[in-house]
Order: sequence, then structure tokens, then C-alpha cells
Amino acid sequence: MSESRFQVALVAGLMILFGLGLTAYKVLRLDLPLTPGESREVWTIESKVSFKPSSGPTSVELQLPEALAGWVVLEEHFASSGFGFTVIEEGGRKQANWTRQTLEHPTTLYYKIQAYRATLDQLPGYPVVNPEAPLLEADQQAAMERLIADLQERSTDVESFTRLLIQELAQPEPRQDAEFLLGTYQGNATRVLLDTLALAAIPSHTVRGIRLQDGRRRQTLTALLEVHTGAGWLLLDPHTGVSGMPEDFFPWQRGEGTVLRVVGGRDSSLEFALLRNSLSAKTVVSMEQRSEDFALLDFSIYALPVEQQGIFKGILLLPVAALVVVLMRILVGISTSGTFMPILIALAFLQTTLWVGLAIFLSLVSVGLWIRSWLSHLNLLLVARVSAVVIVVILLMATLAVLSYKMGLDQALTVTFFPTIILSWTIERMSILWEEEGPREVVKQGGGSLLVAVLAYLVMSAPLVAHLTFNFPELLISLLGVILLLGKYTGYRLSELYRFRDLANSK
Amino acid sequence: MIRLVSPSTLRRHGILGMNRRNISFISAWNERRNYPLVDNKLLTKTAALDRGIPTPELYGVIDHQFQIARMVDDLMDRQGFVIKPVQGSGGKGILVVVGREGEGFVKSSGAVIDASDLRRHTSNILAGLYSLGGRNDFAMIEALIDFNPYLAQFSYEGVPDVRVIVFRGVPVMAMIRCATHASDGKANLHQGAVGVGIDIGTGRSIAAVQHGRLVTSHPDTGASFRELELPDWEAILDLAASCAEMTGLGYLGADIVLDRQRGPMLLELNARPGLAIQVANQEGLVHRLQVASRIADEAAGHEERIRLARETFHRPEPVFESVGS
Repeated sequence: MSESRFQVALVAGLMILFGLGLTAYKVLRLDLPLTPGESREVWTIESKVSFKPSSGPTSVELQLPEALAGWVVLEEHFASSGFGFTVIEEGGRKQANWTRQTLEHPTTLYYKIQAYRATLDQLPGYPVVNPEAPLLEADQQAAMERLIADLQERSTDVESFTRLLIQELAQPEPRQDAEFLLGTYQGNATRVLLDTLALAAIPSHTVRGIRLQDGRRRQTLTALLEVHTGAGWLLLDPHTGVSGMPEDFFPWQRGEGTVLRVVGGRDSSLEFALLRNSLSAKTVVSMEQRSEDFALLDFSIYALPVEQQGIFKGILLLPVAALVVVLMRILVGISTSGTFMPILIALAFLQTTLWVGLAIFLSLVSVGLWIRSWLSHLNLLLVARVSAVVIVVILLMATLAVLSYKMGLDQALTVTFFPTIILSWTIERMSILWEEEGPREVVKQGGGSLLVAVLAYLVMSAPLVAHLTFNFPELLISLLGVILLLGKYTGYRLSELYRFRDLANSK
Repeated sequence: MIRLVSPSTLRRHGILGMNRRNISFISAWNERRNYPLVDNKLLTKTAALDRGIPTPELYGVIDHQFQIARMVDDLMDRQGFVIKPVQGSGGKGILVVVGREGEGFVKSSGAVIDASDLRRHTSNILAGLYSLGGRNDFAMIEALIDFNPYLAQFSYEGVPDVRVIVFRGVPVMAMIRCATHASDGKANLHQGAVGVGIDIGTGRSIAAVQHGRLVTSHPDTGASFRELELPDWEAILDLAASCAEMTGLGYLGADIVLDRQRGPMLLELNARPGLAIQVANQEGLVHRLQVASRIADEAAGHEERIRLARETFHRPEPVFESVGS
């Protein structure tokens, strides 16, 4: 008995020391910050080129991003299983080239970069080329000329001309000429813009790039419009007419040319997965200096594909929540309905925020209990009854979502994050508990579960905790050690100090 | 302000806590493979029959949904019976019918239910609503215990049962749980049943506790617990110790009822007996468990273990007097 205790203590001690040691190493030698403060936002951008094979050899050319407007690329990583791979540099533009003789299955190629915006620069200068008139059908030409004439009459310079043009095309019901042009261009407003500007002899081109949204999985390229006003280049959003470079825009390619070209493949697509991390300014600088062989990030979650990183951001929080449950049950002695039900509820709270989550949870459970009490009169078999409760819960969720959306309470839409099956079982158990032991016990157990859930939520939503678990996953080993130790705790629970209070005093 | 006691006080009194019970007694002395014999009441019953340990008569077992209709027809002839889940835990799902009222069945609380309620209850049992881990279960129907009339005065609308904790074959501590109006005829202490600590040496009461507070008489029947002395005490201890040998469990709670004709009968066994028995006895378990371990090492056999336990754990004076009421 005491031997197993010793073993556990030894193993747990080693685990705790290992985790803390590795963390200390990373903090002291690799300059990873322990606290989330003074950080830089580093974006991991993963490009996925997917296509299906057609006959003949396959060649994929991907234009690599030009780091413009203060963006700095820290790290590049290519995944090219079974493909020949080269990077060609041509006139300052880098291009990745994957080749393969034969290909049988649909394939996805990956290109991952980590980048951050060091300075909020404007785009640098760009050579002005006088545009050639576009090749148009006669009726297109006529419509476009009428449009230009009309706009020129209303505008004073290139900038106001372009803005009016954008406005004209962005109207929900464009006027006749604009509508006709949009129709012949299959609704591609950007192409209409470029051709119209070219016909009006205004130099223009697109700047393609990515709108950065944390956690976004299937982002595609968007284009901004750049026109030369005579004095310099002006960047405009082709849909809204807002000028300047948006803060969440990562420029990929400026000017003419294609970003992706696939020969010997069909149905090709280019999608981006995005993730934002906060790294300390120091780390970013040191990464920049020796981006070639930076071993630090190979150790960590950062080495994973972006989608998995995003998932791990959440998963790595679970052990902390488990620790909360262990502490509350072993040291405090709070009874919860279902061992880990509180964690699932806490996860839902993370999506909904605390008060909204609590309100939704309480209303779902109480309405569910009420309906369940009616179901109990019907004398149904258990599995059918729980399934009925599942459906009722889903209907309630849908009703709540629709009602709140109509009333303009967007937050309640997050109701979908609640685990339906778990909620239904909770309702079923609570209902039985109510019938057998009375409402007191329901309030006690339900309250216990909610209290633990709220505590787990508070811990999981702390920025420091998220930062530590994601950047120092080795701390989980220490956590495991702590939990092992707690598993051998034979002392009293806090609740027992209350439970046995009279027993000890009466003597 | 919530009043707490310090852990050191509890330790001085030898109070056993939940964590220590789980680690040092349950997982250390109860082998997992012995659990099914205890958790499955049907297996318990069979094993008890083999050893000649008396248990309530088994009327039947329902293991399929379609048998329920037949069961209800059969039960129409019975005056009293008990339906319980074979693998239930914590006394959940036990339905006690004490009499009939026309077509209806009278529960121990006096409430009358009809055949469809019986069907629903049994169907819930089969679906695993009351079972450990919610797995599918069987329902068993047992004879209603015709409990010893002497004990009737100590219980309101329910069967009083005797709980004996047996450690390594040595009876360590005992109590009798008396249902009250507050506990709705159930013998669960946390629902308001009275727990009466019983002296291992004599079978006489030591202290009585309801809701954690000392009481001297039954809140509903008014019977004084001071005079309580269990009949057949020797047989009860013998039965409890035999159960430990039967199951091979080192730390065991045996629930025993006293039948009018057949004397002590095994109701069910528990591999994870609760801690409330300490409150009922106004004494901690830890010291007794240590002594019991010594007895188990020294004693030659079953009889000697019981004899030594009765000598060692005998408490000459009950707590009633010292409190004064």
C-alpha cells in the first residue's frame, strides 16, 4: 500500500518536474513569454491547393506571396508528398512549382507561412503602364462608353470617377448600362471595373490577398482595386469603395498574373486556413533573425497544420477543466450529476459567454423538466422517452434561436453549442431525482454541477491559462502529475468537515 | 457563518473520510472481480442460498419487456411484494407494495398505484434507469418481509434494516436505519431516516441521529431508542461475517432485515458502504478498522473473530445519557 503510494509520488514528482523544467527551459533559453502580455499577433496562413487528376503529367504553379505593406514572413513550409518541387524566382516574384509524371487520386498540396505585420506601411511604388483598351463586343463597348461619359460628367478627378463607378456597380438595382455590363461579365464586378477603367485610360490593377479571420478554415482570395490617380496609387475596396489597406488584409499578389495554375489537373481550388497566435515581440524578432533553423516551433503545437492547431487550442484547455472537477470532487466534495458533465457545459459557456450560457442552460433545463414531467404520464419505454427528450431539447433550442434572432438578440444563437444529448440525459436524471428524492436533491446536484461548470469556465476562459496550455503543452505532464497525486489523497473533504461537525464536537 | 471542524479534530476522533475509504479500504481490500457478486442481487441471492444464508423468497425475475404483462397478472394474487432492480445502487428503484386496495396496490407510504404504474416502473428497471452506469437490467420480485413486530414501533411506513460493516471478516460497526415520515418510508439517512448506532457487543442502541442531530425517540411513533435492543444479535453478526466470507470482499456493508418467522435475513450487500454509520454511532471508524485488522490476523476462525469483535468493540455506556435530553 505505502509502496504504491511511494511509486505514485515518485512518478508524479518526476512528471511535475519534467513539465516545469521544460517550461523553464523554453522561457529562459528560448525567450517564450510566460504571460500573454506584450505580444505580436502572428498569423499562420495555410494554403491548400486541391485538384483532381486528368491525363498526362501534372504541374502546379503557385504564386508565393510578396510580403508587402509591412508584412514579414517568418517561416515557410511546403508539403509535397511524392511531387518534384522547386521554387523559382522571376522578376522579384517567387513561384512554387510542384510536378509529377502520373497522378491517380485527388490531391492536396500545402504551403504554410507564418507572418506578422511589423509596420503599418502603405504599398510601395509600382510602375505605371498606360492601359490597353479592352477587347469588347460592340454592344458592350457602347454601354461602357455611355457609362464612362455619364460618370465623367459627374466626377472631377480619377478618384471620384472610380468611386462613382464602384457605387454604380454595387447598387442593389444598377442602372441599365451597368446592369447590362454586369450581366455580360457574369456578375464579376471587379472585371467590369478593370475594363471600364482601362477604356477610360486610367491605369489600374488588382491586389489579391486574404482577409484574416481567426479560426477561419476555408477562406478564399479577395481582390482590392488599385488605380493611379496621376499623383500616385490609390487602393480601394471594389465593393464598398473604402480606400486604403484594411488592417485584416494580407496582400498576396499585386498586379497582373494568376496566383494558381494547374496543368494536368481539373477542379482545382485554392483555400486558406487561418489562425492567430500571440507570440512575444522578442520571440518574433529572434524568429525573424534565424528563420532558417528555428527549432523552437518544431517542438510545439505550432508545427501542426493550422486546422489541428485550432482544434488543439480548445482540447488543451480540457485537462485544466478536468483538474477543476478533480479538485472540486476530491478536495471539496461537491456532488455533480455525471462526472464530466460540468466540463461539457463549461465548453458551451466558452462559446456563449457566461451569463448568456447560464440563462440558456437554466431555461432549457427547466422547460425540459416541465415537458419531461408530462412525458412521464405517458408510460414510455426509457430509450424512447430519452429520445423524445432529445427531440424536445432540439426543438427548444431551435425555438430559442429563432425567437431571439427575431428580437435581435444574436447571442442566444450560440445555443447550438450546448451538447444536446448530455442536456437530455441531464434532464432525464434530474427528473427521476425529482420524483425519487424531491426537488431539494435536484437543486443540490444541479447546483453542484453548475458551480463546477462555472468554475471550469472561469479557469478555461482566463487568457493566461489559454496562453500557458497552448505555448507550454508540456505543462500538461505536470498537471497529470498533480492529478495522480490527488488520486492518492486520503485526507478529508471540505464537505466532510461540515458533515461530521457535530460528531466531533459532541464529545 | 458555516461552522466547520478542523481536519485534525476529525483525525483525532478517527473519522473515516470518503477519500480514505475509497483508497485505503475499498480499493485496497475489495477486488474488482468480486464486485459482480455484490452488485448483482440475483447472484448474491444464489450464493447466499448455497451457503444456507437466509434471504427473502424470490417470486420471479423479469428479464424481457414482454414478460411484464404476465408479471402484473401474476402479482394480482399477491398481497405484498417488492420489485427491485437486480443491479440497482443506493436503494434506487425499489418499489414496496404492502397491501391491496381492490385492483390497486398500496405502497409502503400508503399511496395507491395501479397496474400501469407497476408496468412503467418495471420497464424503467429493465431499461437501466436505476442501475450502475445505466446499463440494461433485470427486475426481481421478492416476498415482502414480514418484519419483526418488536421493530415495528421504531419505523414509520417502512422496513427497518440493520447495516453491519464487516472488515476482513470482523464485524466492526452496526446501525439500524428507521424510516420516518420525513424520509417518506425510505431508510435513507440523508432523506431524514433515523440512524441508530448499535453496540457490537450487545446489540443494544448507542445513539440515535436524525439529520445529523442526536435524538432519543422516534419523531413519528414516539418510541424511545434508549430501550432498543436487537433480537437475535448473535445470529445477525454471524450472518454478516458469513457474507464477507461468501463474497471475498475485505470491506463490506451487509444489510440485514429481521423477519418475524425466519429471523435475520440478508437483504443486500454493499461493496461501497457509506460513512453515515459513524454519525449514528457517534464514533469514527478508523480506530475500529485498525483493531479489526489485528483481530483478523490473530483469530483462528469465524466464531473467534465474532467473539473478539464483541469483546473489543463493546461500549458500556450509550451516548444518550451524556447528551441529556
